[in-house]
Amino acid sequence: MPLLAVEDLRVEFPSRRGAVVAVERMSLQVEPGEILGVVGESGAGKSTIGNAILGLLEPPGEVTGGRMRLDGRDLGALAEVERKKLRGGRIGMIFQDPLTSLNPLYTVGRQLVETIRTHLGLTESEAEARAIHLLDQVGIEEPRVRLRHYPHQFSGGMRQRVVIALALCADPELLIADEPTTALDVSIQAQILDLIRDLCRERRLGVILITHNMGVIADVTDRVSVMYRGRLVESGPTEEVLGAPRHPYTKSLIGAIPRPDVKVARFPTIGYVEDADADGDAGPEPSSESVSLRDGWFERRWGVPSDDLPSDGGPLVEVDGVSMDFLIVRSMLRWRRRMFTAVDAVSFSIRPGEVFGLVGESGSGKSTIARIITGIYRPTGGRVAFAGNALTTIRDPRRLRRFRQQMQMIFQDPYASLNPRMRVRDIVAEPVRFHGLTESRTETEAIVGDLLERVGLERGAAVRFPHEFSGGQRQRISIARALATGPRFLICDEPTSALDVSIQAQILNLLKDLQEEMGLTMLFISHDLPVIRQMCDRIGVMRHGRLVEVAESEDLFERPRHEYTRTLLDLMPKLEILSREGLDVGIG
Amino acid sequence: MEPSGAEATTASPRPPGTATGGAASRRQRVLESDIYHSFRSSPATVAAAVVTTLAVLGAVLAPLIAPHTPFEPVTLSLSDAFLPPAWIEGGRPEFLLGTDGQGRDILSAILYGARISLLVGFCAVAFAVIIGVALGLVAGYFGGVVDGVIMRIADVQLTFPAILVALLVDGLVRAVLPRDLHADIALFVVVFAIGISTWVQYARTVRGSTMVEKSKEYVQAAQVTGLPPALIVARHVLPNVLGPVLVIATIGLALAIIIEATLSFLGLGLSATEASLGTLIRIGNDFLFSGEWWITIFPSAALIVIVLSVNIVGDWLRDVLNPKLR
Repeated sequence: MPLLAVEDLRVEFPSRRGAVVAVERMSLQVEPGEILGVVGESGAGKSTIGNAILGLLEPPGEVTGGRMRLDGRDLGALAEVERKKLRGGRIGMIFQDPLTSLNPLYTVGRQLVETIRTHLGLTESEAEARAIHLLDQVGIEEPRVRLRHYPHQFSGGMRQRVVIALALCADPELLIADEPTTALDVSIQAQILDLIRDLCRERRLGVILITHNMGVIADVTDRVSVMYRGRLVESGPTEEVLGAPRHPYTKSLIGAIPRPDVKVARFPTIGYVEDADADGDAGPEPSSESVSLRDGWFERRWGVPSDDLPSDGGPLVEVDGVSMDFLIVRSMLRWRRRMFTAVDAVSFSIRPGEVFGLVGESGSGKSTIARIITGIYRPTGGRVAFAGNALTTIRDPRRLRRFRQQMQMIFQDPYASLNPRMRVRDIVAEPVRFHGLTESRTETEAIVGDLLERVGLERGAAVRFPHEFSGGQRQRISIARALATGPRFLICDEPTSALDVSIQAQILNLLKDLQEEMGLTMLFISHDLPVIRQMCDRIGVMRHGRLVEVAESEDLFERPRHEYTRTLLDLMPKLEILSREGLDVGIG
Repeated sequence: MEPSGAEATTASPRPPGTATGGAASRRQRVLESDIYHSFRSSPATVAAAVVTTLAVLGAVLAPLIAPHTPFEPVTLSLSDAFLPPAWIEGGRPEFLLGTDGQGRDILSAILYGARISLLVGFCAVAFAVIIGVALGLVAGYFGGVVDGVIMRIADVQLTFPAILVALLVDGLVRAVLPRDLHADIALFVVVFAIGISTWVQYARTVRGSTMVEKSKEYVQAAQVTGLPPALIVARHVLPNVLGPVLVIATIGLALAIIIEATLSFLGLGLSATEASLGTLIRIGNDFLFSGEWWITIFPSAALIVIVLSVNIVGDWLRDVLNPKLR
């Protein structure tokens, strides 16, 4: 008998406009000592399944059909009191954000001891001994001392270990982990996944691992269920499903994952759409050849004055010994102030027409550099030059504005990078109007229409507001805005890390096309090595604010010199088991 | 990063490309919106909104709908003095709520009084909002020393009760300006006094939301474009911090009306020829114990009803606009 059996589950969220079915006809089974992966893109309903099993559906969500059995007991028939005992008792849970899963006001020890005593009814000292044992088991050094620390005294990865220890308190049989590593860096992600796998083997735990990340699935799961719009499309042993997918959705989902091993000309995009009208993003890639920015208004109006170009074929952007300190402890007294060095004497240069990648884990200073180049931050030291002009010393705002016009940026969070109170037309047109690039209103509107069409949206999108668009569509609007001034240099700061993999592929293709078409020079920032490999000509690796290695893209991946680069490459999911059928054509 | 499944599925069915303007579809959108639904499902809010609207209409149209002109001495007759409400023995139908010691019709006096009270209330709130929002934006966006100075001033201001600040300003202005100017500028003095004593909460709220909005990427996008700070604040930050201000302003309106009534009751507000509800209550207060209760009770009731309904509407707005409480 399986540990957990879910049959024909249906979850609905009733609303005034009729019920939204989040999950339907969903079945899954977990055996003891097995890791089941549930994978799908956002909105597929994978978190809803976890919450339904736990009995933690957010109101007004409710289970309206099917059965869930834990060891043969019907979960739906249990009273709320019983369900409560199960949670944290026989079922442990791990959520995405380790910071919000722990109470910041209590020591880690107190939270563990309290949970242990609630579920197991041990004495204070017995519970403490068990807490120490658990912390030791999840790989926290000096557990006796750490017991007395507060959550903020742990790093992100350590905190997630504490959360896992907390989930194991009452010796559960089933562990539900909902995106347990999404908020963590790759190096820590690997450690946490190893830990979960070891625990699963040692304790004969059944684990449901919910994630959007195929790399995670390929790494640790035994079996996988692929979900699409609330339904199960395919399930089976991980190697079979990933290696020889049968369902077209699974095929296209796997195809869209950027390859870490070899550079391809274009990203394959997800072609599978069940009912295309529901979400514009999932549809076939919009044709992008209808409007060309090369010989349209772009070239005519913003042919860049030649005196700005580096005549000697020198670099377009130079970053020379740039440092940035942030004040973290304020004080009137100079000696009591404390500084954090986010960027430490970084130097690199970008040639015209080149795509330069910056890669590194969170907090390595990648985004800070982008913001220094665009002038959002003023560096504490060093020099930034654009086409041979030192931007950091220009004081004349009119002159600076001319360079600003040639330099634009695309941001990470598509939900925060567009002003929610402005219509798309005004968002895209703002740079054009501000720099006085057009003579009339009609001309501006024609340009906005062209831009929107070029990035794959309808012209009619201009009169709508950002909230009416999905994440991928918003990122397209962001790109249109960045192109509006006809820039020569574009900075992309994690442009796809908030997007689903299928949409990521479309956006990256769009950026590639635009880069070629407009001869753009690009600085491409990402923590995702496969993406960096696909996009960049040259790559810089950052760690703790320093640039540790700069190399041609292929050299870096094939012959890394710095030790840290090698570590990063080792941590990259290999995805060797993934099916690559039909994808070899594009390799170039 | 990853939204929960339910959220994402509910969000996606919004059909793209169908929401084009037009009067009919706009009306439909309002009728179908969550805000309208929440409004309809709360009878207290509907009642309060109706009362508020009636009060504002009554105040604005007072010269047209009031049966008498209570502050025109020619129309007054002392033989009409101290008449009780119409339904009590001795009352006369043309003076529905009775008359005061000078023969003024109480109903008309209330309509005119509400006019003054609401006028002062709206002006004072507008004044406080302008000062508070401007200072809050500057403090929140620029931070540093500017922020420190503005917020310390606000902190000091908060240690004085609003009514005390209003009394202080009122007293100062009266001492400084010549006596014959008092009546002409009384309205401005009261508005200024109330505004200056209530701007702090707008400034604090706006400063907080400005600091949140400032760190969002759309503001950085504007910075990358090269927009000067003043333009970024006005075009990008301001529209996004006004939501909470609207809520505080509604509740602030009720507060301003009460402060004005208090000032008038203490004899520091407007002159008796421009009697606000507070002035009416003060005048009637002298007669309360000699049996002419209607002179003070009806204006008091009017004040309570107006303040209460404005407050209920404000509370509802706060709940409905706060996504955390929904």
